[in-house]
Amino acid sequence: MQLKSLILAAGLAAVASAGLADGHGGKVKVGMITTLSGGGAGLGIDVRDGFMLAAKLAGNENLEVVIEDDQRKPEIAVQLADKMIQSEKVDIMTGIIWSNLAMAVVPAATAQGKFYISPNAGPSQLAGKGCHPLYFNVAWQNDNLHEAAGAYANDAGYSNSFILAPNYPAGQDALTGYKRTYGGELAGEIYTKLGQTDYAAEIAQIRASGADSVFFFLPGGMGISFLKQYAGSGVDIPVVGPAFSFDQGILQAVGEAALGVKNTSQWNKDLDVPANATFVEAFQAEYGRLPSLYASQGYDAANLILSAMAKADVKDADAFRAALAAAEFDSVRGDFKFGTNQHPVQDYYVREVIKEGDVFTNKIIGASLEDHVDAYAAECSY
Amino acid sequence: MSTLLLIEQVLNGLQFGVMLFLMAAGLTLIFGVMGLINLAHGSLYMVGAFAAAAVAGATGSFLLALIASLAAAAAAGAIIELVVIRRLYDRDHLDQVLATFALILIFSEGTRWIFGSFPLFLDIPAALAGPVTLPGGIQYPAYRLLIIGIGLVIALGLFQLIARTRIGIQIRAGESDREMIAALGVDISRLYTIVFALGAALAGLAGALVGALQSVQVGMGEPVLILAFVVIVIGGIGSIKGALVGALLVGMTDTLGKVLLPGLFGAFMEPAAATAVGSSLASMAIYILMAAVLLFRPTGLYGSA
Repeated sequence: MQLKSLILAAGLAAVASAGLADGHGGKVKVGMITTLSGGGAGLGIDVRDGFMLAAKLAGNENLEVVIEDDQRKPEIAVQLADKMIQSEKVDIMTGIIWSNLAMAVVPAATAQGKFYISPNAGPSQLAGKGCHPLYFNVAWQNDNLHEAAGAYANDAGYSNSFILAPNYPAGQDALTGYKRTYGGELAGEIYTKLGQTDYAAEIAQIRASGADSVFFFLPGGMGISFLKQYAGSGVDIPVVGPAFSFDQGILQAVGEAALGVKNTSQWNKDLDVPANATFVEAFQAEYGRLPSLYASQGYDAANLILSAMAKADVKDADAFRAALAAAEFDSVRGDFKFGTNQHPVQDYYVREVIKEGDVFTNKIIGASLEDHVDAYAAECSY
Repeated sequence: MSTLLLIEQVLNGLQFGVMLFLMAAGLTLIFGVMGLINLAHGSLYMVGAFAAAAVAGATGSFLLALIASLAAAAAAGAIIELVVIRRLYDRDHLDQVLATFALILIFSEGTRWIFGSFPLFLDIPAALAGPVTLPGGIQYPAYRLLIIGIGLVIALGLFQLIARTRIGIQIRAGESDREMIAALGVDISRLYTIVFALGAALAGLAGALVGALQSVQVGMGEPVLILAFVVIVIGGIGSIKGALVGALLVGMTDTLGKVLLPGLFGAFMEPAAATAVGSSLASMAIYILMAAVLLFRPTGLYGSA
């Protein structure tokens, strides 16, 4: 008797949940897991604000967003992803900033049939052999900005670079990316500790190395520390880096030490594209600060999803995927298209840190790479 | 590697060690006198840095910023001692760890709530920006020399305080027998608050001094806290002298390890592999040092059994 009623209850529950799924209609539920507290919170907040700004401007009532904070911890990101997939029943996931968190969440999510749109992390594993039809990256593959920096170093005539990055997968990708395009000699190559805050020893080695340029990838607080200490050391070898260490959220903390430094990016606020002008103006009006690279990526991620919603129902995975792959939205980067591994094929620019009034920011001074395809695309087959 | 470069790196190690001493001194005093494991010590370091950044931003004076960091961290230390820590002295270490860990979370989110999620700006004063030339032609940042100087002066001051003053006598007495000095009429709870605030102030000063070289952001205290614990374990828990020797050992090992080890492996390995192996081993060097010290002296270099 008890068994019977249990079976009956289970059957009813199944019917109920099936009914719920059908009742979804044209609605799309997006689950955003990003870093909103702790040390790296600035990046996640920018992605979230950019995303929500695009959603607000579009005014599409069928888009529902659930936001959760991963605290930059892989185990929490995995728990949140399970919750979003199983109890929130989201259709699309997005938001993760860090590659190690993305590696913990994305393969499991796509295996369970959820779309994942990455607004930041682009680990090489997910671009090459581990690519997935439901995984799209709207920002870049991790190596790209470093490849652009290497190309810039060639253009600037540097032939003896000193390179350094933290000793973790994204740091190794960074130096690999730089060396992939850079054609000169290496005066030195250093892996620093992840989270290291004092670079006196490394700067002394740079001074003694006789290099003509320094390339560094030190995201977040590490980059702030390095630049301030570098400026105080009296070493005047020119510095090149990816945009991550010269981002709007960080520059004010670096101050004068960053002035004049060249860095590479796929976006800047002065990029002459109508969609970008709208974005920069609306972001400042809404949040009272200048948008960052991460905000632009969050904004594009939302617009990509909105463009696909206009063309297909998310329940029809094939049609929705095709609509995403077409990427017919007005990107703040201008031309935007996906390559065969659903990572962007896009232009990269060289920026210089300047001071506008009291605010430190970037301005584009030239092109670095055009229609650049990441190095792992060829390894991807669905 | 040239001798000049080596001397510069020794100075870097000294500066790093002196900074660690400021953190470790408070931690070891608090543990020695009160038997308390204070995980929130890193948060007091952060409070000092944020107070300095806020005051420097408002007034433009670095000296005022340093004073503010001392005052803010001492005040924060005194408040948490009176409100939370006081209830923990009689509990076991696990309860203390749990409660002070909760304090870390409260301080971190509270700071984020007040100052926002983006790193703050705190720069070294213009007079100390840039390098000075030392005898022998070594170019060394003036500000780092100042940190070495301040650290050594404070170390000397602490030794004088503990060895020569009435409060120092009470602290030493409290370390060896806290019931007895209470029975002798010393106001033990006031002594605890003073020691806690003193330790907090030193951590706050370290935060402000280092904040000018690094980034002032939420969570900046925790990596330093781990190193400070390594220092007091090496030096012997409760010993100021041990904290100084331990801090200098850790500073030197860490700095020279990461400079020399990759080169050492480069002698018989390919450059890329040598860099990777050398830097991995360099990150472990201080923990290997700690293990080695504990192997021969289980209570640390100057610890009493």
